[in-house]
Amino acid sequence: MAAFLASLNYNAWVLPALLLIPTLGALIVWAHGVVVGQGDAASRTARRLTFAILVFEFLVSMGLWWSLDVRVADWQAGFDRPWIDAWGARFSLGVDGLSVMMVLLTTFLMPLAILGGWTSIRSKVHGYHALMLLLTTGMLGVFVARDLFLFYVMWEVMLVPMYFIIGIWGGERRIYASLKFFIYTMVGSLLMLVAIVYLGVQAGGASGRPNFDYDAIVAVASQSSAGSFWLFGAFFLAFAVKVPMFPFHTWLPDAHVEAPTAGSVILAGILLKLGTYGFLRVALPFFPAVAMDPTVRTAIIALAVIGVVYGSLVALVQPDIKKLVAYSSVAHLGFVMLGIFALTVESVQGALMVMIGHGLSTGALFLLVGIIYERTHTRLIDHYGGIAKVVPLFATILTVVALSSIGLPGTNGFVAEFLVMVGAYRTYPVFTVVSATGVVLAAAYLLWALQRMIYNKLDNPQMAALRDLNWREFGLLVPILAGILWMGVYPKPVLDRMEASVQRLVETVGAQRSVAQRAPGESGGR
Amino acid sequence: MMHPGWLQTQGEALALDLTKPLHLTLAIAPDLVLVAGAMMLLLYAAWSPESAQHSRRVALGSMVVALLTLVAVLGFGAAGFVAGPGPVAVDGFRWTSDVIFLLATIIVIGLSMEYNAREGIVTPEAHVLVLFATVGMMLMAAARDLMVLFLGIETMSIAVYVLVGLNRRQARSAEGALKYFLLGAFSTAFLLYGIALVYGATGATNLSVIGGRIAALALGDSPMLLVGVALLLVGFGFKLAAAPFHMWAPDVYEGAPTPITAYMAAGVKAAAFAAFLRVWIEAFGHIYTAWHDALWWLAAATMVVGNLVALQQRNIKRMLAYSSIGHTGFLLVAVTAATPQATSAFLFYLLAYTLATMGAFAIIIGLGSTESPRERIEDFHGLWFERPGLAIAMTVFMLAMLGFPVFGGMGFFAKWYVLQAAIDAPAPQVRLAVLLVLATTISAGYYLYVVMVMFMKPRPEGAPALPSVSPLSRAVIVGSAALLLVFGLFPDPVVRWARAGTGVMPGMPSAAAIPSPAVTGSPAPTGTSR
Repeated sequence: MAAFLASLNYNAWVLPALLLIPTLGALIVWAHGVVVGQGDAASRTARRLTFAILVFEFLVSMGLWWSLDVRVADWQAGFDRPWIDAWGARFSLGVDGLSVMMVLLTTFLMPLAILGGWTSIRSKVHGYHALMLLLTTGMLGVFVARDLFLFYVMWEVMLVPMYFIIGIWGGERRIYASLKFFIYTMVGSLLMLVAIVYLGVQAGGASGRPNFDYDAIVAVASQSSAGSFWLFGAFFLAFAVKVPMFPFHTWLPDAHVEAPTAGSVILAGILLKLGTYGFLRVALPFFPAVAMDPTVRTAIIALAVIGVVYGSLVALVQPDIKKLVAYSSVAHLGFVMLGIFALTVESVQGALMVMIGHGLSTGALFLLVGIIYERTHTRLIDHYGGIAKVVPLFATILTVVALSSIGLPGTNGFVAEFLVMVGAYRTYPVFTVVSATGVVLAAAYLLWALQRMIYNKLDNPQMAALRDLNWREFGLLVPILAGILWMGVYPKPVLDRMEASVQRLVETVGAQRSVAQRAPGESGGR
Repeated sequence: MMHPGWLQTQGEALALDLTKPLHLTLAIAPDLVLVAGAMMLLLYAAWSPESAQHSRRVALGSMVVALLTLVAVLGFGAAGFVAGPGPVAVDGFRWTSDVIFLLATIIVIGLSMEYNAREGIVTPEAHVLVLFATVGMMLMAAARDLMVLFLGIETMSIAVYVLVGLNRRQARSAEGALKYFLLGAFSTAFLLYGIALVYGATGATNLSVIGGRIAALALGDSPMLLVGVALLLVGFGFKLAAAPFHMWAPDVYEGAPTPITAYMAAGVKAAAFAAFLRVWIEAFGHIYTAWHDALWWLAAATMVVGNLVALQQRNIKRMLAYSSIGHTGFLLVAVTAATPQATSAFLFYLLAYTLATMGAFAIIIGLGSTESPRERIEDFHGLWFERPGLAIAMTVFMLAMLGFPVFGGMGFFAKWYVLQAAIDAPAPQVRLAVLLVLATTISAGYYLYVVMVMFMKPRPEGAPALPSVSPLSRAVIVGSAALLLVFGLFPDPVVRWARAGTGVMPGMPSAAAIPSPAVTGSPAPTGTSR
């Protein structure tokens, strides 16, 4: 396979192609709506077209699995063109072990998300799908950007489609939720903008032209200076809002609950990962001295663990299943943050595995909730009252997915959380033990919800006539289930793809820490 | 390029000696084209009795004159004239600013053609007055002498006073005109007094002579000079509508005919800024430390006040008025940085802002009718369901003003450029940059509100059908949106164009003139800003 891809010169064009396909697709879908109109037949075409584009996108991206050299820690599949000469901004792309699985997760989830909204999106179908495609470009752009200017642009590009998707096709309180989502994210990211400009100017040095190249900025930024703390703070805020870390999480339940199904899937599955990815890609390598400062590090880990416990406890008392899943995301992302800042190879790999696993299992949970909501128009757990007999297939899949979210051995959740805990125990034993209660609580809230939803005695007569999954719904859940089981049983290929980059990250950041501790005030470059 | 015999070449460029009348005439030739055209149109306007048709003819004539002037300006800019000391500047900054003014003028005449016809304003002189105001603006951008500057300001202001009160039948229009006139006269007094004091301290009205004497005679501590500078700052503050001198703006913007509001928000403000920048850098660049703090606070207060008060507005013209005050604050950040890069950032920002403003006002004009002007934000509810194209265009303009990448096109790069200029300055304005982004976040509240009501609120029941947008307005809307979006992906040509407009400004404060921040590389700004 690798030889075949090499013969196509795959690595040279794949990343720009991945950004171009959905962008052009969005234009085509939108133009189709303008030219043909918004009738039923046209809407059907728009759906199919979008689905086909995103499947194609996934197939194109699959090559990355084979084409990348797993032993190389550095950027691969690079693509570099000048963009805005005067400001030193370049259109520079690349992937490494930290981002390649995120790219694949994105391209994998997007077509499934489109299938998830197949019948529930009824108005302005063209606009919805065009926005979905633009959103894909934005998310992939963040994952593959090697130029901080491009990174920022892509970071903001995601925001507008999501704002409209929540605000137009969302639930009752969609306007409030979408505005809150937008403003929260923007407050964080604008300060990051100042920090990026500042670093770019610094990296440009005497040339008089800023330089936003990732490696150049790492070289400048990682030499600690008096301002490092504030710069780190700016990035921290942007990413912590996105993750979201406690106490910046309050936008999340609103946005997740009000978004249409596909919106929730993407929010939970991918958008949140952009925050943790930002920590791995930007905040840690740029400011190792600040991030590894014992006070800062302990504070962040404490917030992460608070997020785990708090998210689980709040999830426990939610009457609304969608809100329950939303709060469980806060808890899972707390695990990711714990893994990242514990900074051992296992814990960071575990964090990346949680990111992928959470993308799959929470994505599937939102899809399942969407499926049942479409039939019953209720999300209150007590309203279902034991529907396993009526919809056995649905109940089975929901159970499997919930178990993977809890972290049952044999599913991806177990591998991921186990790795985080094993890794984090070495650096932060107390916090790790506290965070383990999150796993217990996860079992509590999910199993309790499962019991009330599907395994109790059926006491709501309205639910007696529910239809079970149809072929479309079943078909879209099967790939996710396969992923969940595969990563639970044989995660090695995935871990291999991360290992080299993670190792390097842990070493460089960790080395900086020891330098900073040995000789405070005279820490040198990398 | 052919070199006439009486011109001396200086390197590649054509050097003008402004002490010779002929050379001076050549230096203001584009302005003269506009003056001559405006005069002839004024005569022509008086030729036949007032009627809608005659008014339309005069409007077309005015657009042609403005277009010819634009061609002349572009020609002069391309020819690369340079000039020695004199009352007017011959440099890229002037030509670049002129392009922005003329662009705004042409758009505004196009918009008022339709607006005036609809509102029954048949005075053909209205269009000629816009040309005269533009003459004033071009003089302001050219002025290198405080007297010429004053001439330009007055020419522009008097024409605009009349334009604001054009709609005589409306009480609000008259109120706005009177308010603008009184406060304008008031601020002119400040300006004049400031000019007098500066003249008293330095014995000159020419900007470069003033700058030279301040440096040579070490006048930095002269109380007379400092009071003069302060009075000039107040005078300019009024013209720019910078907080706390902004009180007149919302009432005037709301009362004026909508195309004139657009003209004031874009053109008049741009002209005031161009003059302000030149005076401040060229004449007072040597006493940067004396005015830095004042300008810092002016910028900070303007950004915060403009954007905060805009949040409460429910009339879209008033909202845009306050938002334009907010943009004044952003532009003042560039002036505070006072570097060549800041100057090009300033020009870039002005262009982006002008396009977005013109587009937004064109939509407001296009949606209004005599019976219902549709100036409240409720009138935009559910616009997407009836006019998807207009709603999308309005979103582009709002996001451009918000400074959002890709979807807001150039607007993002404008903010980026100002930020970069502020941080890259010898005295990094990091705190001001942070304030700028925080103010931007506040502005998201009202720009997004407009977007939100257009897309997410239902069309009110029983709302009268929207009129169809007339072709000229549509051309303005489509044109500005397209330019914003295209340059929002490939801003390089505009950056080069804005850079051509800099590198002038002899008095640009050098790194030595500015106290460097205590810790180099620290994001904390200069100690002076505390």
